[in-house]
Amino acid sequence: MNHYDSIVIGAGHNGLVCATYLAQGGQRVLVLEAADTPGGLAAGREFHPGFHASVAHSVNHFSAKVASDLNLAAHGFEAGADGHSIVGLGTDGAHVVAGAGALHNASDKDTAAYDEYSALLGRFAKALEPSWFRTMPRIGSLAVGDLMTFARMGLKLRLLGKKDLQEFMRVASLPARDIMDEYFEDETLKAALSWDGLIGSRMAPRSPNSAVLAMLYRMSGQAASVKELVNSLSGAATASGAEIRTGAPVKRVVINGDENGLGVGGVELASGEQITADRVISGADPQTTFLNLVGVEHFDIGFTNRIRRLRCNGLVAKLHLALDGLPEFEGLDRPGGRMIIAPSMDAIEFAFDDAKYGQCSSDPVMEVTVPSLDDDTLAPAGQHVLSAHVMYVPYELKGGWTDAARDGIRERAIDTIARYAPGIRDRILHSEFLTPADLERDYRVTGGHWHHTEFAMDQLLMMRPTYGAAQYSTPIPGLYLCSAGSHPGGDMVGAAGHNAAQEILR
Amino acid sequence: MSSQDRFAGERPRPSPFYPRQKELNIRDAWASWNGYKFADYYYDAEYEYFCVRNLCATYDITPMQKYEVKGADAEAMLNRMVTRDVRKIGLNRVAYCLWCTDEGRMIDDGTIFKLADDKFMLTCGSPCTAWLKMSSFGFDDVSITDVTDDLAALALQGPTSCATLKKMGLEGIENIKPFEIRMFPFHGDTLMVSRTGFTGDLGYELWIQPGLALQMWDELYAAGEDYGIQPYGEAATNMTRLEAAFIMPAMEFNEALKTVNLNHDQTPFELNLGWLVDFKKPHFSGRSALLEEKKRGPKYTLTKLDIEGNRPAEGAWIYSDKRCKKHIGYVTSAMWSPAVKANIALAMIETEHLDGDLWAEIYYEKELRHYGRVAKCTKQDKPFWTPARARQTPPDDY
Repeated sequence: MNHYDSIVIGAGHNGLVCATYLAQGGQRVLVLEAADTPGGLAAGREFHPGFHASVAHSVNHFSAKVASDLNLAAHGFEAGADGHSIVGLGTDGAHVVAGAGALHNASDKDTAAYDEYSALLGRFAKALEPSWFRTMPRIGSLAVGDLMTFARMGLKLRLLGKKDLQEFMRVASLPARDIMDEYFEDETLKAALSWDGLIGSRMAPRSPNSAVLAMLYRMSGQAASVKELVNSLSGAATASGAEIRTGAPVKRVVINGDENGLGVGGVELASGEQITADRVISGADPQTTFLNLVGVEHFDIGFTNRIRRLRCNGLVAKLHLALDGLPEFEGLDRPGGRMIIAPSMDAIEFAFDDAKYGQCSSDPVMEVTVPSLDDDTLAPAGQHVLSAHVMYVPYELKGGWTDAARDGIRERAIDTIARYAPGIRDRILHSEFLTPADLERDYRVTGGHWHHTEFAMDQLLMMRPTYGAAQYSTPIPGLYLCSAGSHPGGDMVGAAGHNAAQEILR
Repeated sequence: MSSQDRFAGERPRPSPFYPRQKELNIRDAWASWNGYKFADYYYDAEYEYFCVRNLCATYDITPMQKYEVKGADAEAMLNRMVTRDVRKIGLNRVAYCLWCTDEGRMIDDGTIFKLADDKFMLTCGSPCTAWLKMSSFGFDDVSITDVTDDLAALALQGPTSCATLKKMGLEGIENIKPFEIRMFPFHGDTLMVSRTGFTGDLGYELWIQPGLALQMWDELYAAGEDYGIQPYGEAATNMTRLEAAFIMPAMEFNEALKTVNLNHDQTPFELNLGWLVDFKKPHFSGRSALLEEKKRGPKYTLTKLDIEGNRPAEGAWIYSDKRCKKHIGYVTSAMWSPAVKANIALAMIETEHLDGDLWAEIYYEKELRHYGRVAKCTKQDKPFWTPARARQTPPDDY
């Protein structure tokens, strides 16, 4: 029988998390993945013979609850002991390292300030953490569950005490620059610490909006290896009875309608094959889901317009280098952790300014890792993979993306890295640069956006992606969202997949 | 003052019929509609009203918003926007439609002309361009053009309208059924005639390219001379439409997109237009909200009232008791109807009180003295003015 209780579109990590919960809940579940391997943007890919990389190059805050609920440990998942430290690369080899709750190689003043700063943010992050794993209340709803969620969120914050709560209200929408300037003096340190407030968003240090929330969002959960996480999620999904079909792109969601309204019938694959299901859960981004897979004719005009207006243009590009040896960064024994190349917050701001007007920055800023340090299967023995998230690279380049334009920004990015690792050019066997437009094409993510749609105040919490679809259910009964475009947002966390499953199983 | 008119963009524009209207507008009683200079009345509103009811008269509907909606997806796009099933509109037929927000609040009403399988004309009272654009997003093959200025339009309404058009040479005009469209050759171009109108009587609407507008006017007025043809303006229109129990924006309903206060707009069910909402058709905007309202029942219902006495109940409040203790609604439009010889009104009344007594608290003025009275109201099920000729094909000769 070719009928399922639930079909999940996309075997990205959220799709897999959702599918596993549903299968654990007794459902017959099918996960359909367009690519040949599961993982979505976290899927490993051989970008040069013998060299592997995934677009998502580090897992920094995966949910401990999801890992335990799905028993990922039994499938090879291992939580990183102390996460990936952030290394602010300074010129002249003067680097500052933030990791495991302490600062290294910083001034006494900054070191002391960091204790205070991380303790305060840590308390905020802890108070907010439960709300990442809860369905947001409906605006205007007086249902008991919705009111309870509001009450719990309020109580958690209130329990911080009056002083902390006042401070939280003050800093919650502050530009990253303001909070950094308040606490620290070193420019490299400020830039490195603000990184997690900005990456993936259309924001720079001077943008007031969700930078502080993004930092707090990224302060819970566990670090892990990308490959182990994807493998363990696939393993857990399969073990729970969910079926994963790769190489099976979905062409459309089949919608049935009668006088009682619309309902979901299943999906039609690009091959023409139809599979029926009681519900379809989309791990695709909201625009792809509503506009392409379902079709505007099935939605109200105002709702469609809100989906159309979602801001989905990504600003993060991906650089992969195949290296014939370990890159040598001045002043570092070992290029571990997440190395931030951004000498100052101004450097980030100026890079953003260029992108705002559709141009690539002459001085891109980036987060660099060498994933092959922790996983020697990613490159041939003795050789290495360098992976970098490069900001800010516009989805829509003025004049359009050409090979020459892509080569230009790739070379600039490599030149920038070479300032810190002077010998790196001689080690490059192959390089690959993926613009947001490339990511959109290769990974079926609108705008190639890190979070599927902008992680900003107007598109967060009960507004994510927009009201009417912010509780994982959608205007069409049986159609659900389960991915980064839903609360709480992107990154490898598993929260959206978890929350969607809870809504469905409720 | 310079020779240039500094207010050129501010002044109401003349309609293609203006040169003739100017001659006939003895009172210089001009109003404006969608930026067009447009007659409130020409000589006397009541006189014009009687022309519509007893002879025939023309009303310039050029200022009405007219959109051409074309393309393979035009039908699907319109069908998702309006509450009626556009697929059921026959070729060369017109359908009265309305469209709503996601919340089921009425944005506007209008008519859809099906001119080909992939070509429609949508008319409505005020500009709807933004909503149309929003509604067409996601439909690949649909183009929407505002053709308001490209099409002159004149309504010819009244018992002698058919005879006038026949005399004008529109062969077979008597065989056009209500809501039917027919094309007639006219000086190398096409004169489109639809058997539609806003008076509840026998009548037609004529659509012509602006360059031929005066030619058409002259031929129409020459043919209509013996049939008493006259122009009429907004004031007489408002009287005839009320007798026909047709709704007016800013009177019976407030366009939802222009309404600031919560629920100060209306739903089709409140306006007694539930028959225009088709839950069996494919999805349309506002469907879920409307289905919910249908199950729950509308808070208000637009009701036709026959009120005792002869004092128009303009702006009157409606009560469930003669002592005016329990306020249950308000009058939206009211008049003494000469044709029906009754004091008529449309009123929004709380649905739960519809079956009880209805009293209107009427205030009126007589030579600067103010008076008040409480008049008993009787609900009417049918429009006040429904002559058989409005539906007959061919209509009787008058």
